[in-house]
This record gives sequence, C-alpha cells and structure tokens, in this order.
Amino acid sequence: MPAKSTSTLKSGLAQMLKGGVIMDVTNADQARIAEKAGAVAVMALERVPADIRAAGGVARMADPLKIKEIQGAVTIPVMAKCRIGHFVEAQVLEALGVDFIDESEVLTPADPHFHVQKKSFTVPFVCGARNLAEALRRIDEGAAMIRSKGEAGTGNIVEAVRHIRTINNEIGALAGGDPRTLAKEFRVSEGIVAQTASLGRLPVVNFAAGGIATPADAALCMQLGVDGVFVGSGIFKSAEPAKRAKGIVDAVAHFNDPKKVARASEGLGEPMRGLEMSALETKMSERGA
Amino acid sequence: MEIGVLGFQGSVAEHIAATKEAARKLGISCRVSDVRTSAGLERLDGLIIPGGESTTMYKLCEREGMLERMREVPALFGTCAGAILLAKKIHNEEEGQKTLGLMDIVVERNAYGTQTESFEENLEVQLGPPDSEPVTMSAIFIRAPKIRSAGENVTVLANRGGEIVACGQREGGRFYLAACFHPELSTTLIHEHFLRRLLSG
Repeated sequence: MPAKSTSTLKSGLAQMLKGGVIMDVTNADQARIAEKAGAVAVMALERVPADIRAAGGVARMADPLKIKEIQGAVTIPVMAKCRIGHFVEAQVLEALGVDFIDESEVLTPADPHFHVQKKSFTVPFVCGARNLAEALRRIDEGAAMIRSKGEAGTGNIVEAVRHIRTINNEIGALAGGDPRTLAKEFRVSEGIVAQTASLGRLPVVNFAAGGIATPADAALCMQLGVDGVFVGSGIFKSAEPAKRAKGIVDAVAHFNDPKKVARASEGLGEPMRGLEMSALETKMSERGA
Repeated sequence: MEIGVLGFQGSVAEHIAATKEAARKLGISCRVSDVRTSAGLERLDGLIIPGGESTTMYKLCEREGMLERMREVPALFGTCAGAILLAKKIHNEEEGQKTLGLMDIVVERNAYGTQTESFEENLEVQLGPPDSEPVTMSAIFIRAPKIRSAGENVTVLANRGGEIVACGQREGGRFYLAACFHPELSTTLIHEHFLRRLLSG
C-alpha cells in the first residue's frame, strides 16, 4: 500500500526546491514569467507584500479562483499563503491541491496563541522564523521547511540577514548547552534540540525570505548558508520583472562566483523602491512568534 | 572514478552522500563533486542529474552552455526531474519543454498530480541479471513523472501497476539510468548499480 502524507514526502518536496528561487505572483502572466525565468515554484497571491503593506486592513488567503488561475498557468509547484493559526484557510488550500502552504506573517494573524497544527495535513507547510526557538517550534508543529521572516514588502534585506545570522549563531551555540534546559527555554521537544545540535543546521530545508530585491541580495543570503530564496515584491515591483527574475535565478545558481553574480546583475532596470525599517508602521516579522 | 552531480538545484547533497556511501560499500575509490559549469564536466566518468525542477535545471544548463558536453559524458543517471531531462520525448508537453534527448523513453511530468498525491511504497527492482531475485527498496515518489513508453533497447528495472518506474539503456558505448522516484532519499542500491555498471564499462 502506498503511504501518503509522511514527513519524508513533506520534507522531500522542500529538498527538491533547494538551490532554487520561489517567486510571488498575482496572476497567470506573472506566473509564466516566473517559470520562464527559472523559478522552482511560485507563491500564488492576490497582492504582493508591498501592496498588502500599502493597502493596510486585514490581509487574508487569496481567492481560490486566483489560485486556480495560477495553477493552470504553470507546471512548477504552486504555493499559497494562509493566515497564522487559520487552519480552515489551510484546509481550503489543501483542498485546492496547492503543493505547499506558507503559514505567513505577511497575512494578518487569525489566532493570537496558536499556529496551525501542521502534522495532520497532507500538504507540507513552510513557516517564517526570526530565531532558532521560533524555527524549532514551527518544526515541532510539523513545518517541513523554514524561511527567515525578514521584513516582507520592504525591499530591504537587513532583517532577513539578521534572522539568518541569528539562527546560524544560535545553532553554533547549541554545542555547549544542555538539551533539556534549551528545550524548556525554546518551548520545544528535547529531541529536536539534540537533532539540530548534532546536524549543526536546522533539520529541515531553510530558505531566505523578506526584502530580497537584487541578485546580489539573493547571493548574499546563499553565502550566509540558506538553501534557497523566496522573492516577494522584489520582482514584480521592479521596472523589468522578467530580466530581474532571471538575474536572481542566475545569481542563486552561481552564488559563489562573483563574476557570474555581476553578469546576472547587469542592466536590470530600476529595482523596487524599498523602505527603511524605522519608517514602518507595521513590523510583520513580529507576528506569530 | 569521477562522478559529478549537476549542482544547481534539488537533491544535490543527497546524491553526493548516496554516491559516496555506495562507493564505500563497493570498496571503490570515487570522487564525487557538484558541477555547475561546462569545465566541471570534463573527465567525468558519470553524471547524476538530481531530483528538483526539470524546467529550472534545463534553463540553467542551457544558459551555462553545458548541454552538449553533458550529452558526451559516458554515463548519466537521472532521478525524477533528472529522468525527465534524459528522455527523448515529453508526453503532452504543450510548452515545448526541452530535454537532453538521450534515452529512448517518453515521460509525462507531474503524472500523479500535485504534492498531495505524492507517496512512498516498497518497490521490487531488478538490478541483477534478468533471472535473478529482485531487491525490495523504499521508493519515494514526489510530484513524480511516469514513463509512458520505452523503446526496445531499454531495460526495465522496476514496474508499478504495469508502468515503468525505473529503467536503463546502453547506447553507442554510453549508459543511461532513469528512476521516476528518489533513491537518493532512501537507499544506495541504485547508486551501487550505477557504479557497478560504470566499472564493467
């Protein structure tokens, strides 16, 4: 009998995305541009984070018709976002046959205390994290993939770098610690602390997200040790999305080769405008700790 | 022996680890490295194309000008996306997705459906002579392709419900091996088979 819904299958799809770029798209045309540029997956949204930020109000799961439109346009995996703790939005996305759910702080949280219990779903989940405790809590809940939260919709890489470095440093510091004490402090199982300490990395695939706007931003995250990158507003809020999308894919593929990153960065037109952190009214990354 | 794993994207680290472990079990000396340039393909005895996104991998190989030299490597082994890239033809492909066009097989991408249809199960695989006992291994199918048909010169290694899920082909002194699932996530048996085939020339 075939087994479905196993953790091997969930983390396995994340493993197949490693080294890739996952792009936010809001319609079939954008999805096709992303696929043509070499994206490994697309995130189907009604609005990219920069527009969510600008619009204000409550941000929710996309209209199922929007998700179907994008599923119909591409052959690569299609992801979609649900609100933190909104397990019915997650059920709906699973029923639509999306390939991955992002339980995302970019949308307005639905539950002040709990995230979705992800283990009971067949579809795998990715969740954002600012530090090791958040990452391990999400994995304990069943996340098959982690990404930095960064600060979505800003085109400013500083928070993603902060989160990636924080997680790296906290993993480095595990070696000397007592797993039981750390598990209590992190509010996670002792097993996952021990596993992370012995692997010297998160036990699931870990991507960068939040504020990536240029090929060099993407390569920076890769050199800091992430397995791949999400690009939200950075592509379709720039002047020439097709060129920029390809540039970011090429820079991730050759992240250790500065000459190739230079070539990938040439003549891409204006990047998205970007926001300074001190100017933000809402820090999305503080949602869902 | 020099083995390369196409290194842009997907289960690269898993294939490198499985190949090293297979070489250790066979007691052969084998260097395994990830390959992202045309120069990296020189002097390879075998190239593994990992699981991942076939459309992404093909584009990156094309942009890097690697396709011709990939076709000249003496032995290629592809899993999932890698099997798609080895095929001569893609079933029902409207967008005209291109492949290396080496193996005499027709593959259908995402043939089982989306991720919620992904599955794992034990599979009998024929890795020895035709009359030998098949081995049983855990096979992990993730948004997997199907091999719709295969030429007469293709040797079937595993079937599932009458459909080919692993096969090999010798042609013009070269050897090709394709699996629709991900042995790199569960076993070294197919990697050992690939290395043995390389040793036997």
